[in-house]
Amino acid sequence: MVDSGGTLASASAGARHGAPTAPAPSAKTGRGLTPVSLLQTAIARREITVIVVTIGAIIYFSLRASSFYSTANIIVLVQYVAPIMVIGTGEVLMLVLAEIDLSAGQVYLTAPWFVYWFWTAGLPVGVAIIIAMVLSALIGLLNGLFTVRLGVPSLIVTLGTLYVFFGYVLVQSNYQQVNMPGTTGTFGTIFGIGSWSTILWGLLLTLAIWFLLKRTRFGVHTTATGGNYLAAAEAGIPVNRVKVWCFVIIAFVSAWAGILDAVRIGSMNPGNTGLDIVLTPIVAAVIGGTALTGGRATVLGTIIGAVFLGILEDGLNIIGVNAQWFYFFEGVIILIAMAANVQLGQLAARFRK
Amino acid sequence: MSALPVNEPVAQAQRDVILKVEAVSKHFGAVTALERVDLELGRGEVLGLVGDNGAGKSTLVKIICGFQRPDTGRILLEGREVNFHSVEDARAHGIDTVYQDLALVPQLTVYENLFLNREITTMGRLGVLSRRQMRARARQYLENINVNIPNIDAEVELLSGGQRQAIAVARATRGNAKILLLDEPLAAMGAKESALIMDLVKDLARRGVSMIVIDHNYAHLFSLCDRLNVIQQGRVSMDVKVADTSVEELTEHMVSAFRKRLEAGHVALESEHHGQAG
Repeated sequence: MVDSGGTLASASAGARHGAPTAPAPSAKTGRGLTPVSLLQTAIARREITVIVVTIGAIIYFSLRASSFYSTANIIVLVQYVAPIMVIGTGEVLMLVLAEIDLSAGQVYLTAPWFVYWFWTAGLPVGVAIIIAMVLSALIGLLNGLFTVRLGVPSLIVTLGTLYVFFGYVLVQSNYQQVNMPGTTGTFGTIFGIGSWSTILWGLLLTLAIWFLLKRTRFGVHTTATGGNYLAAAEAGIPVNRVKVWCFVIIAFVSAWAGILDAVRIGSMNPGNTGLDIVLTPIVAAVIGGTALTGGRATVLGTIIGAVFLGILEDGLNIIGVNAQWFYFFEGVIILIAMAANVQLGQLAARFRK
Repeated sequence: MSALPVNEPVAQAQRDVILKVEAVSKHFGAVTALERVDLELGRGEVLGLVGDNGAGKSTLVKIICGFQRPDTGRILLEGREVNFHSVEDARAHGIDTVYQDLALVPQLTVYENLFLNREITTMGRLGVLSRRQMRARARQYLENINVNIPNIDAEVELLSGGQRQAIAVARATRGNAKILLLDEPLAAMGAKESALIMDLVKDLARRGVSMIVIDHNYAHLFSLCDRLNVIQQGRVSMDVKVADTSVEELTEHMVSAFRKRLEAGHVALESEHHGQAG
């Protein structure tokens, strides 16, 4: 990663793997539109690996099964993809900070439980939802404060809250599956039941996070905090407050995705653990091209990553492969995609010289 | 710069002194980092700090920039006593620092780094970035101070060490800093890149920015500075105009002081300590 000047004044700044976005070839760069610069741009785009494998998967499955393109199947697909996309984009905020939230999946499960509980306590379903959202955001606040104030790594903090709320829901529900309120009428259609409801909400939330990350001051501060914590602090950015807010945001969007899905399904099963749910979104973020080391994120890559995982699960199903193979292939894809991302990143770095 | 003779007390009183450090001491446990240090920085002057590792140069700079607080002594900015509680505090008073560790975010673009935490935004609390304005101003500012970065949309990681340092310096002066503290701005830099930064520093001095530079390289310091202060054992042991001294004289001064300490048994060659106060 040595620069043209041949010096490494700041090894820390130079020794990162993530492939940065290549400058757009333009008159300003003085490079013009050469084949090399195009190739450079292509391999420097972090989303490129996941785009290629997703297109490959689409072609493969549509050749194997004609029903892949049916409306019914696409609805199944997008309903599967929606929560992965939302939680995965929340994890992008975490990963850009070089943090991680393992409790997001549990928040996804706990929020509908809160809704059910306050509803059975006699509150209108709308109020129950609002209270559930506030409580979920507080779980995020708890995660954030534990991480920044007590200095416990977020991996451990959120593993703790994951189990706390898994246990809490188990105990309070007596391990009984419950039927969700709010599943009827226009209300239900908008909040989960409608075929396209969850994916539209999902796109809205991911777009909001994308906007926050790429278009606002808060987003620059988030990237700076994750990219160079000391530099961000020295510049006067309230690094801890930025982190805590991101924990709150991921809890909030995960809760919303969870409530929508519970309403869609019509019930909530306390026996599910959040860990099963949170890992797939993290995989979506990572194969999408978001680095675990902080500072580099792609919301688009995460969306495509989620779509890819959806296609993989759905496609294997359609062509009649045993569903258990999904995990096997998910694992293979993680290994291939990560290897490709790292290698392409290094290739891009070599091109820059 | 300052054509006034600095060694005569009468003339000194008439000098336009922007920053004055008076009898500042700093201890870290049993270690004395600074022992009643006096220092003066003239307006538009470039003052070099010379000294061994651990002599107290970095501690002094950290106190001036608000990162650390002195145990005793006071700091006068334009004749008025100031007490900085944070780096932000000092910055608000026009004192900015370029750190040894290059406080840039490699994943952000040139202009995002220039505007880090001073972003231009619209829509109030939402804080939506006005990238067009930030770009335009960044480009103009870099042009003004003759820093040539071809593509301000490039991520800083893509730039050479010299270009990064230039951006760090540019950022520090962007907020209209009156005093700039540079802690080894040329460390680990090639000849071409050093020249880039030296030109930038000289240009800023011509514009009236006062600077304190820490560097180990006498050639750099003689080229950059108007005046040099040698810091030894937490004290300023020599205060001299660059025009009135030479590398040989300075070396002789440093070595003789060390020899004296060696003879007095204050220091043994084997156990010379490096570290705590950098």
